[in-house]
Amino acid sequence: MTNTAISVDRLNVSFGDSHVVKDLSFTVGQGESYGLVGESGSGKSTVLRVLSGLNREWSGNVAIAGAVQPKVRDKAFYRNVQMVFQDPYGSLHPKKTVDDTLAEPLAIHGIRDAEARIGKALSDVGLPASFRFRYPHQLSGGQRQRVAIARALVLEPSILLLDEPTSALDVSIQAEVLNLLAALRQERKLTYILVSHDLAVVGHMCERLLVMQFGRAVEEMTVETLSAREPQTAYAQQLLTASAGFRRTG
Amino acid sequence: MSDTSSAGLHAWLISDSPTSRRQARLGQLYRQWLAFKRNPMAVAGLAIIVLLLLAAAFAPLIAPFDPLVQALDKRLLPPSAVNWFGTDALGRDIFSRIVHGTRITLVIVLLVVVTVGPFGLLVGAVSGYFGGWVDRLLMRITDVFLAFPRLVLALAFVAALGPGIVNAIIAIAITTWPPYARVARAETMVIRNQDYIEAMRLQGASRARIIWKHVVPMCMPSLIVRTTFDMAGIILTAAGLGFLGLGAQPPMPEWGAMISAGREQIFDQWWVATFPGIAICIVALGFNLLGDGLRDVMDAR
Amino acid sequence: MQTSADKTNQPLLDIANLKVDFHTPTGIVQAVRGLSFTLGRERLGIVGESGSGKSMTGRAILDLIPHPGVVGADRMMFRGQDLMAMDKRERRKLRGRHISMVMQDPKFSLNPVQTVGSQIAEAYRIHRKAGAREARERSLTMLESVQIREPARVYDLYPHEVSGGMGQRVMIAMMLIAEPEILIADEPTSALDVTVQLQILKILDDLVSERGMGLIFISHDLHLVQSFCDRVIVMYGGKVMETLPAAELADETTRGRRHPYTLGLLNCLPDLDHPREKLPTLNRDPAWLA
Repeated sequence: MTNTAISVDRLNVSFGDSHVVKDLSFTVGQGESYGLVGESGSGKSTVLRVLSGLNREWSGNVAIAGAVQPKVRDKAFYRNVQMVFQDPYGSLHPKKTVDDTLAEPLAIHGIRDAEARIGKALSDVGLPASFRFRYPHQLSGGQRQRVAIARALVLEPSILLLDEPTSALDVSIQAEVLNLLAALRQERKLTYILVSHDLAVVGHMCERLLVMQFGRAVEEMTVETLSAREPQTAYAQQLLTASAGFRRTG
Repeated sequence: MSDTSSAGLHAWLISDSPTSRRQARLGQLYRQWLAFKRNPMAVAGLAIIVLLLLAAAFAPLIAPFDPLVQALDKRLLPPSAVNWFGTDALGRDIFSRIVHGTRITLVIVLLVVVTVGPFGLLVGAVSGYFGGWVDRLLMRITDVFLAFPRLVLALAFVAALGPGIVNAIIAIAITTWPPYARVARAETMVIRNQDYIEAMRLQGASRARIIWKHVVPMCMPSLIVRTTFDMAGIILTAAGLGFLGLGAQPPMPEWGAMISAGREQIFDQWWVATFPGIAICIVALGFNLLGDGLRDVMDAR
Repeated sequence: MQTSADKTNQPLLDIANLKVDFHTPTGIVQAVRGLSFTLGRERLGIVGESGSGKSMTGRAILDLIPHPGVVGADRMMFRGQDLMAMDKRERRKLRGRHISMVMQDPKFSLNPVQTVGSQIAEAYRIHRKAGAREARERSLTMLESVQIREPARVYDLYPHEVSGGMGQRVMIAMMLIAEPEILIADEPTSALDVTVQLQILKILDDLVSERGMGLIFISHDLHLVQSFCDRVIVMYGGKVMETLPAAELADETTRGRRHPYTLGLLNCLPDLDHPREKLPTLNRDPAWLA
């Protein structure tokens, strides 16, 4: 691993009485794809919200590209870190065309060649130019997710946070979106953090992954360990077995 | 317009792949119009409002008589071929007065709407988006205004400011905004947690930008619908103030004041109070029907 | 399971050429176009992507198709009774008592202002005309049989106080208390974590084996259907692409016989054992719907 893109050190997050992330530490190298895996309540999505600056109540150390991050991020931060949400039906403004959606980040950051950038962003995510002035309700789930990815990439960040980006999609569409994400990462040397409950998706997309349970890190492993089904901890093993499908005993 | 070009326009408007911002917007409006057209009651409401606008625009051409000129020899004439709706106690033609009265009604409605809508929306959106002490402060102020019946509060304001149409408008506006703020706040509290708003936060958008460009457009449909429904209430409040002599002052042909003036003759010369009353009813009904239609179209998503 | 299915010569459900059409202002949308199958005392899986008509099939059997939808079929028999000939009232009586349904999210299926126990008991009293005490006891037994550890405590909880997995167990208990012959489960575990998912499947599995119930398991998850069901119907665009024994989904040797759609679905899943640089995507052939 060359440079560290993201380092999280003893991260703690509480909402009122519930302590949802407990002493979590991990590092992600530049250009790496890192998976966060766990069941509901494991705190995996909360980690993403802390990294993105959406969640401002936490303690510990978060450094991105070597810079220690304050609770409130400035505008420049978002040129480097972007996020894709789980639900493609909720993450696009229903009254904005694709064009509006992609133009907004450029307007916020005062980038001038918007015309060219929007056109390129669309073609990069494999959407025809004729989709540019469509409203979200004129798009399918997979197409919406492509728009969401285009929005995240239009500022040309180096880090992309992916919160279950395909779990709301049909499997055939999931394959298309995963291929797109893999290709974009290769082209642009992006760093990914992928949150998912699906071990197969994480296995396909990531080099290393962290299994979480009840807000704690259970086990960090490489994808080879995952494929060989040789995790050290009982919980990781249990997750692997469970995701293999139903087994009739007796 | 020929059949082919109107078919071409239709196709251009409902195109699935618009080629410009303008085409996309117009297409969206056109689709809403198509949906709106399917509701005959709403179209009837729209027709009433359009007639109202036309009557106001061309009042001098439509009205056969000057609404202000008195002719004491023609006092309290019943409806006839000359005076369609009869004449009032000062011999003025009631039809002409009603036609000219549309202007006053429209001015009241428009002024109230342009002041109340944006103000209520802003208070509600800010309150809902920020939450915390900002929300508590703004909402308590709102509650104070909500706590009084609208007409009573308007009466108090007019009594303090002095009678007159401008003061009536101010009084109505002051008493009308709180429900708008409430509606906008409730909507905003739902909208602010949506992924697409969080996504804008992640683009580095400022709070003012998020509220103005992303929250407000989502609140608009329900506020527009609410406004249309409220029009009837505004007209009635204005008429109520006019009736009590606190709104438009004589000799202005304001409908509420006209009813008030006809009150003394209501048993012997029924037409004096009846026609302005019917006018108020029809316009209020028109706005209500329109509001119904708009709600169906704009909430569809 | 095959053996018990063979014992009864009459299928629980026999459907021929089921159609569900929605009449919309812009034309007729065919949600299900000519589906035929029989259900024995088995686990029958229906898989497909969104818009395949799999959920509409389940709803059509229960007469739960929403308003502009029209159900048609050449034959729709439940244990020899003609469902098409029945009126709304008779269909409603059948529902719950003989054919039940479990939906994806228990949050939307339970009444938020009643305790879960009272809802189960009510379901029992509606169908069995039993007294309050008997209903309560039966409900507690039922909660126990869906592996809820402290039935008496859970009985008095409100829906918002139970977890997703627990809520789904409560739903199953409620659906099964009338001891229906057929259970239609529409994505019953999709909102749940994998470990909880398996516990729910175990419960359903036992009900089929022990009670000889017929289960229609509607899902988008090929792995799950393959490992859990006896037979699978693969649907696409409202039509059946193929019907096959579930075990063959995983069987590499029978791949040559598979419908291209089924193969496409299987191929585009990421697989830990067969890592690939790029996932094959599915090419849809319009001829499949012809």
